[in-house]
Amino acid sequence: MIDFSQPTPVILSEVRQLTPTRRELVLNMGPQHPSTHGVLRVRLTLEGETVIACDPVIGYLHRGVEKLGESHRYAQFVPWTDRTDYVAAPSNNLGYVLAVEKLCGLQAPERAQYWRMIMAELARLASHLVWLGTHALDIGALSVSLYTFRDRELILDIFEKFCGARLTTNMMEIGGFSREIPPDLPEMVREFCRYFPKAIRQYEDLLTENPIWLARTKGVGIIEPEVAINYGLTGACLRGSGVNYDVRKAMPYLLYDRVEFDVPLGTHGDVYDRYLVRIEEMRQSIRIIEQCLEQVPTDGPLMAYESQYVIPPHKNVMTTAEDMQRHFIWVIKGFSPPKGEVYHAVEHSKGELGYYIVSDGSPIPYRLRIRSPDFVNLQSLPYMAQGAMLADIVALIGTIDIVLGSVDR
Amino acid sequence: MDWQRLLVSYAVGFVLLNVLLGLMAYMTWFERRVLARMQHRVGPNRTGPFGLLQPIADGVKLLAKEDIVPANADRLVFLVAPLLSFALAPLGAAVIPFGETLHLFGLEIPLLVADINVAVLYVLALGSIGVYGIILGGYASGNRYSLLGALRSTAQVISYELVLGLSLVGVFILAGSLSLQDILREQQRALVIGSLTLPNWYILSQPLAFALFLIAAVAETNRAPFDLPEAETELVAGYFTEYSGFRFSFYFLAEYINMIVVSLLAATLFLGGIDGPFVDGVWWLALKALFFLFFYVWLRATLPRFRYDQLMGLAWKVLLPLALLNIGLTGLVRLWGIGAL
Repeated sequence: MIDFSQPTPVILSEVRQLTPTRRELVLNMGPQHPSTHGVLRVRLTLEGETVIACDPVIGYLHRGVEKLGESHRYAQFVPWTDRTDYVAAPSNNLGYVLAVEKLCGLQAPERAQYWRMIMAELARLASHLVWLGTHALDIGALSVSLYTFRDRELILDIFEKFCGARLTTNMMEIGGFSREIPPDLPEMVREFCRYFPKAIRQYEDLLTENPIWLARTKGVGIIEPEVAINYGLTGACLRGSGVNYDVRKAMPYLLYDRVEFDVPLGTHGDVYDRYLVRIEEMRQSIRIIEQCLEQVPTDGPLMAYESQYVIPPHKNVMTTAEDMQRHFIWVIKGFSPPKGEVYHAVEHSKGELGYYIVSDGSPIPYRLRIRSPDFVNLQSLPYMAQGAMLADIVALIGTIDIVLGSVDR
Repeated sequence: MDWQRLLVSYAVGFVLLNVLLGLMAYMTWFERRVLARMQHRVGPNRTGPFGLLQPIADGVKLLAKEDIVPANADRLVFLVAPLLSFALAPLGAAVIPFGETLHLFGLEIPLLVADINVAVLYVLALGSIGVYGIILGGYASGNRYSLLGALRSTAQVISYELVLGLSLVGVFILAGSLSLQDILREQQRALVIGSLTLPNWYILSQPLAFALFLIAAVAETNRAPFDLPEAETELVAGYFTEYSGFRFSFYFLAEYINMIVVSLLAATLFLGGIDGPFVDGVWWLALKALFFLFFYVWLRATLPRFRYDQLMGLAWKVLLPLALLNIGLTGLVRLWGIGAL
């Protein structure tokens, strides 16, 4: 039981700050700093260049997204999910709509599911490209970031073609997709899949066997498998330590059980292994996209219109009375899913992204909780930073792959 | 006649200084354009043809900026430190021979400002003093990032200064002189091996020393992958975090002038300076120096940054023993006259 009459316990370095020994230097890194990936603040206690304590301080980008979810109707919250992890917006959409669909007991049509997979994998690639670029930039490899951003443009072009937006896409809806797939989109994605492996080779040429890159990443920030599990890490941070857990394999959602792909695992759990894991994940994503493009039906519905929770198609609204009424209710009042609580996790580019929704039967969620992978993964920073050098801190922040919008929510 | 020689020296020095400052401005343009090409960008291309007026626009902008002194800075030191860095940077170029002696209007005009018999030591000494600008600037800023940058810089310059100096000893042994003009004259002779006639450039007889010099020179000028004192992603901007306006640009100028001077030095010491096919002259020196400057930019576009301890390890555990080995070998060769070149 927490005793609220007592003052909140201070964190370690605040105690340190009160009694500084002469050899220690407290360095405040962030929230305005070139390589804390946004507004992360890290309070470092240094002895020379060696870090003896490291406290991440978060909350500078807190917008109360979860609370907003509890005051918006279910369908209105989808755009907010874009703004949590803004570099992989479709994946966030996916996590949320799947959770709501699970709550309502509806399922998107097969074609929509395939396209959701394609878009989610493209989002993973876009996110990994941002990660690779900024991570390399933090360690000092200047050009890689420009190459990755060049290739990310192609993905954003695909998003733009698909839904009109590039960053905060808001592309998925509860029940499927509301817009038809543009006819030349599959070819565009295929073109990208043909091109992209070459680009990965280019990044690898610059980094994978570069002696300086190896020196900066090998043996740095080691997380043992047990520690990784205890911290609740997911995604590449966990798999880099050799723990085989990928939500796509462990609890397949969408149609991930119909495609073949490998889950790359690291052996040492250091920064370099996590780098290799993510590079390989990019290749696997391309594999998944290619298989999806082969299997996806060329036509068929994209929205589960038969469900009572889904907005009726526009065509029917104009012609039938019931659908017009339903449409009116849906727009004015929203839909009311059954009572209950639901948790659905997807494999986001950063780890397990889960949405937990408690429904009291009203059109507004009673409680909405986002288990964002970055927030959980960020906890491991002080552990990894033990005995690290100052320059390693930026490599460690990079290797966790955080987006502050998602950490703070 | 002494006053006449002095006057000529001043005149040559004046011209050289202006050329150097102009070159420095265009070095920034060159770096940005080349870096942009390597990174699939365009680079500055709006001001003037090919963006050639960009350095002038940058200069005007920097001049017009506010000169901010932080409240907790050591005011005097803070204001003077960039001047120190900047003032010392071009002095190194004074000993670099730019060509044969000219005979003009009955005057003897040597195309170098000062023929010092310990020219190389002089350049190394300048480098050592130049680092004071960085240390004092970083210390006086009253900012912890600046302080860390300054400390890194001290450690780095001390370590790499040694390597730089020792790598040159091989050249001195072969040339038998510390004067750059003597070293240059030695290199202008032809090296005949059987039927093969090669220039007697020291890159051929001292390849290891050349490699060491190149690495140490990059570190000495605080350039990637050894740009730790100003490591942007760790220390924001390192020692010049708090500087703005023209004081900031003094550091900037100093860095680029240092790059040019080191490139000229490398070209003179190892690549035969003004020596080249057809007609010897300053154009060969310029071409060789340009190659080194391009190399600097190329490194920056390609390599990640070293970590502080790795940088130190590289200097003390790898480069320094190699430099000593090189001196030993060169000495033995010289002693036994195997390469009585």
